[in-house]
Amino acid sequence: MEEHTMGKFQLITKGLIKENPTFVLLLGMCPTLATTTSAINGMSMGLATLFVLVLSNMAISLIAPYIPDKVRIPSYIVVIATFVTLLQFVMQAYVPDIYETLGLFIPLIVVNCIVLGRAEAFANKNSVVDSACDGLGIGLGFTLSLTVLGLVREILGSGSAFGFKFIEGDGILAFVLAPGAFLALAYLIVIFRKLTSRKAE
Amino acid sequence: MAVQSTFKNMTICLLAICLVCSALLAGVYALTAEPIAAASAAKNEAAIKEVLPDTAVTVEEERTVEMNGQTYTYNLAYDEQGNTVGCAINVSPLGFGGPISIKVGFDASGVIWNTKVLSQAETPGLGAKCTEASFSDQFKGFDPSAKKLAVRKDGGDVDAITASTITSRAYANGLAVAVNVFATIAGTPMPLDAATGATAAQDASYVSDEVEKSNN
Amino acid sequence: MAEFAIIFISAIFVNNILLSQFLGICPFLGVSNKLSTAAGMSMAVCFVITLATVVTYLLNMLLAAFGLEFLQTISFILVIAALVQMVEIVLKKISPALYSALGIFLPLITTNCAVLGVALTVVTKDFNLGEATWYAFSTSLGFGLAMVLFAGLREQLALNNVPKAFRGIPIALVTASLLAMAFMGFSGLV
Repeated sequence: MEEHTMGKFQLITKGLIKENPTFVLLLGMCPTLATTTSAINGMSMGLATLFVLVLSNMAISLIAPYIPDKVRIPSYIVVIATFVTLLQFVMQAYVPDIYETLGLFIPLIVVNCIVLGRAEAFANKNSVVDSACDGLGIGLGFTLSLTVLGLVREILGSGSAFGFKFIEGDGILAFVLAPGAFLALAYLIVIFRKLTSRKAE
Repeated sequence: MAVQSTFKNMTICLLAICLVCSALLAGVYALTAEPIAAASAAKNEAAIKEVLPDTAVTVEEERTVEMNGQTYTYNLAYDEQGNTVGCAINVSPLGFGGPISIKVGFDASGVIWNTKVLSQAETPGLGAKCTEASFSDQFKGFDPSAKKLAVRKDGGDVDAITASTITSRAYANGLAVAVNVFATIAGTPMPLDAATGATAAQDASYVSDEVEKSNN
Repeated sequence: MAEFAIIFISAIFVNNILLSQFLGICPFLGVSNKLSTAAGMSMAVCFVITLATVVTYLLNMLLAAFGLEFLQTISFILVIAALVQMVEIVLKKISPALYSALGIFLPLITTNCAVLGVALTVVTKDFNLGEATWYAFSTSLGFGLAMVLFAGLREQLALNNVPKAFRGIPIALVTASLLAMAFMGFSGLV
């Protein structure tokens, strides 16, 4: 078991670039592709995941020492599913419109590999505060990626950004639909790789 | 680091986690049940106001009506003098991505005042445009006795959304069903005054069986 | 019968689970390097989705009877996880041949969002048990079709010289995009 040696600030910022869940680790592809039809949708999905990630990371880091090894994974899944359901209630009550737009992909946060992945790789062997920072960092990275992808697809596909239209009529419709989701993500990963490799040199 | 796994402590541990989690959920569910209900009621009420004439001041409780074995819900609205000024009917025709739930508002003479999509799962950028004014504005003041509620492709008077015939067809069909429901409501003596009700019933009768079938 | 045909066609071609609903993308990108593994994964997914949908459909009736729908997400995922474990054990006992073909994929399936996704979609759709099972089966066939097509394309792709930055996932995504575009051609079908 490796203890991390990073400070809190590093824990939060590493998710943005070095361990960006979408562009580098390529995790959680389903919500990434499905909910980024606009920048707002992408951002909402990212924030919803962030919420679950921080809370489940904290809870799991608290209870991990008391859980027998063999039932580790089922226990984590139950904890994660609980927070996802809590999120569903809260969203239904206070932001029903966003809840409806994201639809199926809210309950599906349960099976988002990012959440279970962080529980298994980080939260179960680190302190509560560090786990919260880790969840926050990865969650912010995820939110940022989804917002960028959503923004690109919205600009190209509907000629608007964050809901503000700047081109009359339609954009390139395919970008709002499934093919554009794959294509936009492919090119964003390539651009991200180019930028980060240049930085490293 | 982890505790030794024995049958006993695995069972106890999982059971405890499940119990705590479901108790927590039940608690939060009880807390949020009211805001959730309030949010959906507020949304429904706003939608009713939106699809009915401005003269509507009081909206009655939801009622139900049977038509061809299906149950539909609707709200009647009255002006300050207590006259019926309109009726908002809920229909949910089957679109491309599932049911499209639409509220259709009629004035007392059976002309469509406005329509509003409550929920839909159509393709973003294509069918989802049915929520936009560019599509739905054509139904403002749509008189079903003068125009046919079907897309132009099918010989009707509804302009379809580009590349989304299925959604547009479903929308038009849903409205046609609402016209029929309106006729049924108006035909039963209770709510609307008999004269307008009768004309509405006759006007609506052209809507073919086919339309209803595709909706069931 | 017509309804079953419509469910079948729309689940496989029009609303393809991978290419238009974006469920189960992880195995789609992860195990599609070789045709044989893709086919094995598809069969395992097909088996689990159909079985899980039947079980969760019945479970949902039970939850609804007690007014406990709010436990849906949590109980569905637990049941699916347990089911996958059980399938693994049963297969090992009664059909070692099938187990050796599907076994290595089974543990991956619990966190495959296609399974939970289909289970959660079915209960919102007003299906009876027969339709629900048929829908789940058709959807998973659609998963298999897209998976096998995609793996075939990627096998060819591996022989080509791809620009460095595109290697791996990005070029796979571009391929998926073209495949999704091809599947959009089916959208007028139903």
